[in-house]
Amino acid sequence: MSDLEVFRQEVSEWLEENCPPSMRTPLVPEEEVWGGRNAQYVNPESKLWLERMGEKGWTAPSLPTEYGGGGLDRDQTKVLHQELYKIKARPALNSFGIWMLAPCIIEFGNEEQKREHLPKIIKGEIRWCQGYSEPGSGSDLASLSTKAEDMGDHYLVNGQKVWTSYADKADWIFALVRTGPQEPKHSGISFLLIDMASEGVSTKPITLISGKSPFCETFFDDVKAPKENLVGVENSGWTIAKKLLQHERNFISNFGLAGGGTGSGADVVSIAKKYLGEDNGKIAHPSHRDNITLHKMKEHAFGLTLQRSGDEGGKASAASSMFKYYGTEHNKDRYELMISSMGNKGLGWSEQGFSDDEQAITKAWLRTKANSIEGGTSEVQLNVISRRVLDLPS
Amino acid sequence: MKLILSEEQQFLKDTAQSFARDKTPTNHFRKLRDDGNAKCWDDSIWQEMVQLGWSGILVPEEFGGSDFGIAGISVIMQELGKTLTPSPLLATSVLGVSTIKLLGSDEQKKNYLPKIVSGEATTALAVDEGNHHSPFDIEATATLEDDKWILNGQKVFIIDGASADFILIVARTSGKKGESNGLSVFIADKNSTGLEVSQISTADCRNYANLVMSNLTLNAEALLGEVDIAGEIIEQVLDLGRIAMASEMLGNTEEAFEITVSYLKERKQFGVLIGSFQALQHRAAKMFCEIELTKSAVLAAMHAADENSNELERLSSLAKFQAGETLHLVSNEAIQMHGGIGVTDEYDIGFYLKRARVAEQIFGTSEYHQARYADISGF
Repeated sequence: MSDLEVFRQEVSEWLEENCPPSMRTPLVPEEEVWGGRNAQYVNPESKLWLERMGEKGWTAPSLPTEYGGGGLDRDQTKVLHQELYKIKARPALNSFGIWMLAPCIIEFGNEEQKREHLPKIIKGEIRWCQGYSEPGSGSDLASLSTKAEDMGDHYLVNGQKVWTSYADKADWIFALVRTGPQEPKHSGISFLLIDMASEGVSTKPITLISGKSPFCETFFDDVKAPKENLVGVENSGWTIAKKLLQHERNFISNFGLAGGGTGSGADVVSIAKKYLGEDNGKIAHPSHRDNITLHKMKEHAFGLTLQRSGDEGGKASAASSMFKYYGTEHNKDRYELMISSMGNKGLGWSEQGFSDDEQAITKAWLRTKANSIEGGTSEVQLNVISRRVLDLPS
Repeated sequence: MKLILSEEQQFLKDTAQSFARDKTPTNHFRKLRDDGNAKCWDDSIWQEMVQLGWSGILVPEEFGGSDFGIAGISVIMQELGKTLTPSPLLATSVLGVSTIKLLGSDEQKKNYLPKIVSGEATTALAVDEGNHHSPFDIEATATLEDDKWILNGQKVFIIDGASADFILIVARTSGKKGESNGLSVFIADKNSTGLEVSQISTADCRNYANLVMSNLTLNAEALLGEVDIAGEIIEQVLDLGRIAMASEMLGNTEEAFEITVSYLKERKQFGVLIGSFQALQHRAAKMFCEIELTKSAVLAAMHAADENSNELERLSSLAKFQAGETLHLVSNEAIQMHGGIGVTDEYDIGFYLKRARVAEQIFGTSEYHQARYADISGF
């Protein structure tokens, strides 16, 4: 038996013993685990599952063991995911810390920062949020103005962030701040870690056109952030920021596939058959059917392109912009087709007159409008393709 | 199924790329057109392709070919498509070979395939009878009388029909127009009595013909394989043709786009390069995305064909659809972005537009394949 097969058997045995029964059932939204100081566990087995996985470092399987990670190589990580998938295990932990911050701390952080933050991220003890956008700095992120003044042993932070997902629930924030007001805009930015419990930090949730959302505004009024919480070199935070955005765009591009991204998971063809009726098994209305077919064909070709990018080893570097652009535009199109197929049933806001699924689709349709804005607008992605791939002049 | 090329396929692609650059740049096509060459391909260039083994890529080794598959011939067509190189590859080495290989008896394969491999004979496949591609709407008839097949009817828009040595004719031996049952394929020498072939003149200046059969009389052995059951095989052959065609169209698209992007980087107006205008940049970036999708669809379809996947029909329709939509977009934008020079005959970009619209029609437009895809998928 190969080493990898031995490993697979160990994983399988460990999971059999340690994954609690209810963690192998389909996830219900209120039992989603994000960890943190103030985590509430509706189901005590979610807490147990997190503790056991965190102890093994398998919430972050590829991070080094010395910082609490699983220390697995690429093949072993794949085996772990396959075995988790096999028993239909729920994710033990959802975490911006693991998805976005940890890779940056590994690459740009110093030894103390790694020892201080990584284990807590991996065990789900500290929950992180991302402080990037500001009211005056959306697409032009590098124009951000939240300032961090050098006060000797600490920075004094003043300003406002917006679109901070789960800021009201997070323990710490990784934020871009301006430390070099005299420098050109890209070279005066630093990457700073701030405890949300610090005096002067406050948050306010944002209601979207789709209703409640995890987004918040975050305010900093004379917040003191110790100097040791600067990641990398002062004024070189833009490099880290760009790296991190790439992770985010890759994640969002899955929105182009049915069942991926923000949405209700409903399939446009079955929705159309249900609400428009069937004619010999076909969507009864010819022009709706044509529009949906066009959409599904584009989706098929897009899915093949994601696959090809993987098969080529992801060497197309501008791929993340293309996928972000195409995927999010496609997701918007999907929900437009969905509500138009549903007719007046696609317009429900609350329960009077509409089923839960119908309301969910209306809300999802509205939520998709943000897909092509968050993580860099479609127009910004097209700029990136023009400049970096096609090498067109600026 | 991995969506990458094998080493052999990449090698064929590289060889074809050098061939097209060195021997048949776009000027080669321009010269054929200006000289009024009726075949619209160059015999000596075709013989060089034969020497490289391209005529026999789909032919099994026992009949002298290399059996390299649809992916092999498609990547060659993609590269030749970049410089608009005309050749009998599609009509002879894809359609002719596949029809004979999939339908013919051993005797018939032995008789025809080696002649195709050696470059001695070219073929054409005559299917359509109306203004739009519709492979089962066939009224041409073949009836057996005293051990002879008598064919009557007409065929249109036959690729390479004006010069092919042998024409493969799809005719109805039973059933009604629209049915896939009751179809048979006959192979006829171009000089047969009762067969009148007339070349037609199309915007892309390639070789097409219509034909009329008036009591065209053929020997019993002119029937390829068995009677009445060719419908399914014809559809399969057409799918292979669609994939090869989609690949050529991808090549057309890539080159038209490349030429256009280069132009955006050299043409100045208002004192700046026009490629600095965001109105043009975003349209170029969108074309880039569609080209990437086309590459994936074509690659998936060619691999599906070579792996005998049950997804062949759906993927072939997806590839022809996506290639058609993208070439349509890029050929129009290419002209617009070139401005005045783009509508002159002196400049090559117009060739791509004219070729594009004809290529879109061949074996079904995007609308045709959209409808087919919807039916196959059960939408």
